[in-house]
Amino acid sequence: MADTRIKDAEPPALLKLQVNEPHAVAGHAVEGKAPAAIREFLNKRGSGAAGDGAFGALVLACALSILGIVVLILFVLIQQSKLSLHAFGLKFFITSAWDPVMGDFGALPFIYGTLVTSFLALCIAVPLALCVAIFIMEICPKPLRGPVAFLTELLAAIPSVVYGLWAVFVLVPIMRDHLGPFLVKFFGWTGLFSGTNFGEGLLTASIILSIMILPVISSITREVMGAVPVSQKEGVLALGATRWEMIRIAVLRNARVGIVGGVILGLGRALGETMAVTMVIGNHPDIAKSLFAPGYTLASVIANEFTEATGDLYLSALIEIGLALFLVTVVVNTIARLLVWFVTRNSAREAR
Amino acid sequence: MSTNSQLRPNRANVLRRSASNHLVTAISVLGTLLVLVPLIAILVYLVYKGASSLNVAFFTHTPKPVGESGGGMANSIVGSSIILLLASLIGIPVGILGGVYLAEYGAGKTLGAGIRFVADVLNGVPSIVMGIAGYALIVVHQRHFSALAAGVTLAIMMVPTVTRTTEEMLMTVPHAIREAAYGLGVPRWRMILSISLRTAAPGIITGCMLAFARVAGETAPLLFTAFGSSFWPHNLNEPMAALPLQIFVYAMSPYDEWHRLAWAGSLVLITLIMVSVGLVRYVTSRGRLKGGH
Amino acid sequence: MGVGIEVKNLNAWYGQTHTLRDINLTIPANSATALIGPSGCGKSTFVRCLNRMHETNPSARVEGMVKVGDIDIYNDAAPVEIRRRVGMVFQRPNPFPTMSIYDNVASGLKLNGFHNRKVLDEVVERSLKQAALWNEVKDDLKKKSGASLSGGQQQRLCIARALAVDPEVLLMDEPASALDPASTSKIEDLIFELKDEYSIVIVTHNMQQAARVAENTGFFLNGQLVEFAPTSTIFTKPHDKRTEDYITGRFG
Ligand SMILES: Nc1ncnc2c1ncn2[C@@H]1O[C@H](COP(=O)(O)OP(=O)(O)OP(=O)(O)O)[C@@H](O)[C@H]1O
Ligand SMILES: [Mg+2]
Repeated sequence: MADTRIKDAEPPALLKLQVNEPHAVAGHAVEGKAPAAIREFLNKRGSGAAGDGAFGALVLACALSILGIVVLILFVLIQQSKLSLHAFGLKFFITSAWDPVMGDFGALPFIYGTLVTSFLALCIAVPLALCVAIFIMEICPKPLRGPVAFLTELLAAIPSVVYGLWAVFVLVPIMRDHLGPFLVKFFGWTGLFSGTNFGEGLLTASIILSIMILPVISSITREVMGAVPVSQKEGVLALGATRWEMIRIAVLRNARVGIVGGVILGLGRALGETMAVTMVIGNHPDIAKSLFAPGYTLASVIANEFTEATGDLYLSALIEIGLALFLVTVVVNTIARLLVWFVTRNSAREAR
Repeated sequence: MSTNSQLRPNRANVLRRSASNHLVTAISVLGTLLVLVPLIAILVYLVYKGASSLNVAFFTHTPKPVGESGGGMANSIVGSSIILLLASLIGIPVGILGGVYLAEYGAGKTLGAGIRFVADVLNGVPSIVMGIAGYALIVVHQRHFSALAAGVTLAIMMVPTVTRTTEEMLMTVPHAIREAAYGLGVPRWRMILSISLRTAAPGIITGCMLAFARVAGETAPLLFTAFGSSFWPHNLNEPMAALPLQIFVYAMSPYDEWHRLAWAGSLVLITLIMVSVGLVRYVTSRGRLKGGH
Repeated sequence: MGVGIEVKNLNAWYGQTHTLRDINLTIPANSATALIGPSGCGKSTFVRCLNRMHETNPSARVEGMVKVGDIDIYNDAAPVEIRRRVGMVFQRPNPFPTMSIYDNVASGLKLNGFHNRKVLDEVVERSLKQAALWNEVKDDLKKKSGASLSGGQQQRLCIARALAVDPEVLLMDEPASALDPASTSKIEDLIFELKDEYSIVIVTHNMQQAARVAENTGFFLNGQLVEFAPTSTIFTKPHDKRTEDYITGRFG
């Protein structure tokens, strides 16, 4: 394309100079001078260096406080769990004694309960979250998209204790009277559904957990699916692919790393979720094969026993569980963030 | 290539492909419905159970001992409001200023990246762990449970969310209008307060509301900090009643009367969260200029 | 009242890139001075060195002397103090979107701590009249956002905003390049009006525009000031071959 500037510039000889010739100016000349007060005021106004210095220090302090808080939390957790750390060492995590009277503590039952409920919750939530994300991003009619997305996000706005309340009075009876017997009848042979079904237990806790982590996974999944370039989708469609083939080939394949990130983020949430689980898991430090059996998670044992913990060692053991939970969620969240960051960075780079 | 052979036109193939397409569509619709069912069930059940248990006494009375009927959760509502106000007063300013650092001072610096990462980590720490941290940081030193400890703990939980949203919102403020302010001889701190933050305000306020809504329903961090109480709140250095705590206690009790109160409390809690979010949105959306952002 | 500008041995860098080399010139007071030159030659960098906006870029560096009136701006004063004396209008209109028209114009004073309502009212009206925008906006000064105006109106709003602090020098970096011909001619009229009271430096790609409004014109090339002379000289009998080539469109 020709540079328009050059066209503007005629040769000097032809350039009709209007230098300094008065224009036909619309009569908006303003008489009088600007109020002298202004110039005086502004000239006296200082360099603002003091304000800048103070403000810079203030925001830096606030930002550093985040670092400080995390360090402080780590410090007090270690300090307060010293007693238990010394008494049991790493054995703490592989023994299943939980005897406040004798002062013998091992966290294995809680680790077991946490792993089982989180794993089951993921098994239930991930396929559903994928369904929701695919539905919202690719299938849902445009006008419905916003409302459906809003509804699923609303799931995240309900407090944990309200989920627990609902689980106690609605989910538990359903488990006891309907879903439980059904599972026994058809899947009893697996041995996973043996023993008395009180309605409470590992499975009920997993179900309520899955509802709670679903919005996290589906919103991240939607985000990474949205980052898949439209051109790729159109390219696959242009080859004559059906919508499902397009989703599978273009969308899911491109988004899979990010989806894994979302799943891990959901896992982080599930590992630490407390109230709703505590209300329906039965709170018994057992390692049972049956999913109907009562269990205990790392988070729920803290919630349940902390205020009643008598004796320093007991309290210290509970705080050590908290420390373990802290470290595990930090690791899990770091992995998830790195994966999501990796995907969105890549797609941002492609977009450029 | 498998995709190639799948895409080759062939009558049987086409049928199978379109069938699997329909099947997957159906599964995804069903899955979505399955997710919406519990949501709607919870909301409907909550409104039904809660509303039928609400009465004036609920909002005006403190809890009655077991066995006596009546009583309410007025002290919990007041207690929660006090704790949340305290948390917001600490958490929101610190969070916003931290976000200002990340966006305006820390861009491209290692320290900025580090703080950003740590904020994300803090965001993912389970609330029960924050509860223990609040206990170990404050309660242990005060030697008693207190609303102060609860407020500070919730504030700490708000900070990372507020910081990260503030940062993200500030990043969307165009460089050109910062330059305009600098060009007028406005000092940097004043530019940030009156131009950057002002322009990003709607997004920042939304972020603060989300942080608020999140901690408003938190129970676990209150267990070992506010602890709960059946009396009216008196001062910040005492155990204090809080709505989520009281719901938990009532839900786990064996009494029908208390179960009713738990439902009513949950309805009030959710309404409180929604109304405060809506109210702030409404207030901040008013007085906006025509054609402004 | 405007003051003159004296530039001695000015050098500027972005990181390692040496963007301005040994610039020397004297810009007379109460007149319009045009700066022309091909894209990327350093015109914007130069005007940004005149009010210390250059150093808002973290990688930027400046050496040399710039005197605005009697003030050696890199030694005698803080950046904010200079910018209050040397106003700037940018290539793209950049009104503050959250502020009303009134507040946009008053922003330079209000954000610097001046709050006398009566004086502010007077200044806002005067500046908007100077910028030939008063008649178009006087009815919804406080109701409409600055961002709700058209592009040309926004640019005049930005000029009013710059004028409201009563600067001694007004720097305009391609103020009309994003505007249609009608708005452009309004802005040119404005410059013509304003140069009696202010010293104006205007960067432009449009040589007709330079010819129409400016007493003096400087030609930049590759970070150097090739020629600085009265506008009529530059456009009719430039001393330097490169200036002539550029003006006659032999290269761009
Ligand atoms: N922010 C920046 N960072 C690094 N280099 C820059 C930056 N801004 C400008 N430059 C470089 O400095 C040189 C001069 O740029 P400047 O913007 O002053 O040119 P200009 O004459 O105003 O061009 P135009 O007419 O296109 O506006 C260019 O080579 C450019 O690449
Ligand atoms: Mg330029």
